[in-house]
Amino acid sequence: MLKQVEGSFAVAEAIALCRPEVICAYPITAQTHIVERLSALVRAGELGNCQYINVESEFAALSVAIGASAAGARAYTATSSQGLLFMTEAVYNAAGLGLPIVMTIGNRAIGAPINIWNDHSDSMALRDAGWIQFHAETNQEAVDLHIQAFRLAERLSVPVMVCEDGFILTHAYERVDIPSREQVDAYLPPFEPVQVLDPSDPITMGAMVGPEAFAEVRYLAHHKHLQALDVIPEHAAEFARVFGRDSGGLIQPYRCEGAEMVIVALGSVLGTIKDVVDEMRDDGDTVGAVKIVSFRPFPMQALRAVLENAKRVVVVEKCLADGLGGIVVGSVRMALRGLSMPIHTIIAGLGGRAITKASLRRAFDAAAADKLDDPHFLDLDREVVNRELARTRERRRSGPIAENILREIGLVGGKPV
Amino acid sequence: MTQRIKFYQTGTFTIGNRLLDAEKRTVQATLDRSNSLTSGHRACQGCGEALGARSVVDAAMRAANNRLIAVNATGCLEVFSTPYPESSWQLPWVHSLFGNAPAVATGVMAALRAKGRDDVRVLAQGGDGGTVDIGFGCLSGMFERNDDVLYVCYDNEAYMNTGVQRSSRTPPAARTATTPAVGDPAGNVFGQGKNPALIAMAHGIPYVATASVADLHDLEAKVMTAMAVHGARYIHVHVPCPLGWGAQPRDTIRLARLAVETGLFPLFAAEHGEVIDTTPIRDKRPVAEYLEPQRRFAHLFRPERNDEALASIQRIADRNIEKFGLLG
Amino acid sequence: MFQVRIHGRGGQGVVSAAEILSVAAFLEGEHAQAFPSFGSERMGAPVVAFCRIDDKEIRLREPVMAPDALIVQDPTLLHQVDLFSGLDTRGYLLINTTRSYRDLGLGDYVTRFPPHHICTVAATEWAREYVGRPVPNAALLGAFAAVTRRVKLESVEAAIREKFPGKIGDGNARAAAKAYDSIRTN
Repeated sequence: MLKQVEGSFAVAEAIALCRPEVICAYPITAQTHIVERLSALVRAGELGNCQYINVESEFAALSVAIGASAAGARAYTATSSQGLLFMTEAVYNAAGLGLPIVMTIGNRAIGAPINIWNDHSDSMALRDAGWIQFHAETNQEAVDLHIQAFRLAERLSVPVMVCEDGFILTHAYERVDIPSREQVDAYLPPFEPVQVLDPSDPITMGAMVGPEAFAEVRYLAHHKHLQALDVIPEHAAEFARVFGRDSGGLIQPYRCEGAEMVIVALGSVLGTIKDVVDEMRDDGDTVGAVKIVSFRPFPMQALRAVLENAKRVVVVEKCLADGLGGIVVGSVRMALRGLSMPIHTIIAGLGGRAITKASLRRAFDAAAADKLDDPHFLDLDREVVNRELARTRERRRSGPIAENILREIGLVGGKPV
Repeated sequence: MTQRIKFYQTGTFTIGNRLLDAEKRTVQATLDRSNSLTSGHRACQGCGEALGARSVVDAAMRAANNRLIAVNATGCLEVFSTPYPESSWQLPWVHSLFGNAPAVATGVMAALRAKGRDDVRVLAQGGDGGTVDIGFGCLSGMFERNDDVLYVCYDNEAYMNTGVQRSSRTPPAARTATTPAVGDPAGNVFGQGKNPALIAMAHGIPYVATASVADLHDLEAKVMTAMAVHGARYIHVHVPCPLGWGAQPRDTIRLARLAVETGLFPLFAAEHGEVIDTTPIRDKRPVAEYLEPQRRFAHLFRPERNDEALASIQRIADRNIEKFGLLG
Repeated sequence: MFQVRIHGRGGQGVVSAAEILSVAAFLEGEHAQAFPSFGSERMGAPVVAFCRIDDKEIRLREPVMAPDALIVQDPTLLHQVDLFSGLDTRGYLLINTTRSYRDLGLGDYVTRFPPHHICTVAATEWAREYVGRPVPNAALLGAFAAVTRRVKLESVEAAIREKFPGKIGDGNARAAAKAYDSIRTN
């Protein structure tokens, strides 16, 4: 049913439809509205026997989910940024134990400096923890991906994180088609665990594994991700059959037919990028875009197939590897190994800075003319940067960088040092 | 007038058991016990934790009609009981991380509740490091929510599995790898200490108890009492570690008993934050008798006796005796 | 695409205003997007929220930089924040005030706009009267419907009732209707 609702609300409704049995929640911006809505639904008795546990930290949140999933319950939690880092040990543990937990990440920057706004540094930090990682472009896709996530997680016995941009998606009101219970029940069967703590059939889970077997165990986890490359499109196709719309999958190309330049990105920025692509196409440029939905497993072959005939690739990223540049671009290069087209990196939107059509257009035009620096930091204020560099060169005790810059741009009282 | 007679026993076949009525015998004395921590594990000779865990889990299994799920923190117990590809556990058992056993246990409990399986109980286990240090936040959270989990801490007073490093439960003056017996003060500092049983009581949870492998009857009885109620429950078990303490494996029970008899490890039980039972000291011993057989306290005796440190430790014991009324 | 930018202070329901407007447009079968600018929220701090309305899917995710309509819920922002940035002279301007534009120092500025695109709205007063609390957003939305005709008053009222149940919803809906009527009759 079509509704005009906040993104978080829609995700909560989607989770509720998936018949979760244990939800554990620790609040952190930007995920709070999701867990708040779920607590209301549980209290109203709309989720049957679902247990909602308010925990004392994110580490506890995922640990509760681990225990619940190990005991055979469909478990869910959500977090962002600092919270995801605080549960890092448990994130790896859940993947290593093969527990089909689904977790929402309301993508948010990681401090210091503390920042509550959107970028992808959080999910990128955990990209190799063994979880499958989806990125939603719209709130509709966020709803759909969560439903697909439970099915995928339980099919392969691997945890799945569904990433949606904090504030930009979580706090935006837009039109969403909330599926019916019948549709979700038709798509998502009850949870049948591969391994479960059951007094009538005891097993030991979480044993120590030494050099004699660790590599094989890890290889099998890698193998699951390779399997997922086939299962994800399968499940997306089944989703389309049941729900009547295309959603998810590994990648989604946009106007890539005959495109000389293709933009690659994850998440909500694709919306703005598509508008720019349309404008550039109207101006005669053959431009296209590719959305990476599944960042893990990384869709190496699917991406190559779409990009291999492009003359130029531009990767727009909301994350930064200090000293290196982009993170996504590294994998894109791997996908395109052996090919020689120029591949550009644009670092944009860090800490929630707005990514505008105008700035993207300027950058894409510069890339097309081979005039884009690499990596290119979109809308970076070079003057502010240079003034701070001068300050640090001048004095040893130049003060905290963040505060100096905030004073500089007038957000903090007092003169710059 | 009934007289409480305690028979000190170390296992199934000692005389004490055979003189008791059947229903008063320990679970360990019965042939049909679940033997949930079965033989073949890799614990050291004389390991107090293995003895304690065996008693605890079998008692809990008896109380739960063999429908029990165990959640274990990282530590000696977890490591010596699951040397891949073997496992000593004959009940459903999960090990996740070092600091999250209480939270994982909460998750298991929640899953059982969601599925309407109120016949299955949950037991969480960890050492002093995993429980009182790194797992403390999760433990407190579990207490605060009154989650239906029995948490048992096996306290050997240091991070033994990683090589005997100091924990918040390491007693004053004890030598560990990170509190060496050099300088002044030598060994662990005389700090505030951290008493998880008292902290558990401060949470007001339904049942809290301390126990020792010196008195397995008492330990089992406390587990049975705990399992007879629901909500968050905590039992803190003193378990000597011969290797870490520098003691003889054969002295494990004797040392555990001395810890109780000196007053350094009071035995008591509490409900909803109020002490309801204490075990009186039968034969009070001076702390030096307990400390001297342990090489971790050797520097208090050789080359010279450190009377000041010994007096300070004696004061701790005496304070406990007074606080809990252990001398009747 | 029709783009609206709403300025106010924390606690005045600026974000709710954008959300309600988006629901009103949705009820008329349109696509709509509403989101706040993401400043730290606290009572009294300047807050901006955005709403886009279109007859097709809205993909753009940047802040509204060239609004077709600007709603100012708190005139004390006038000389503190660059409120009018990007507002085209064909656009609409609504300010919550009982004073005139001249008294606000905007007499010359508003001459650039078609007269029927500009209005002042005694939104806080109407809110006090019909809701009992000085939250001006509903009345401003009623005025918005009247001035821009981009959404119907009925849709605004229905959206208000969806967001605020019971008597609060009724009161806000009446404030919106009152503001609407007062514009229409002028």
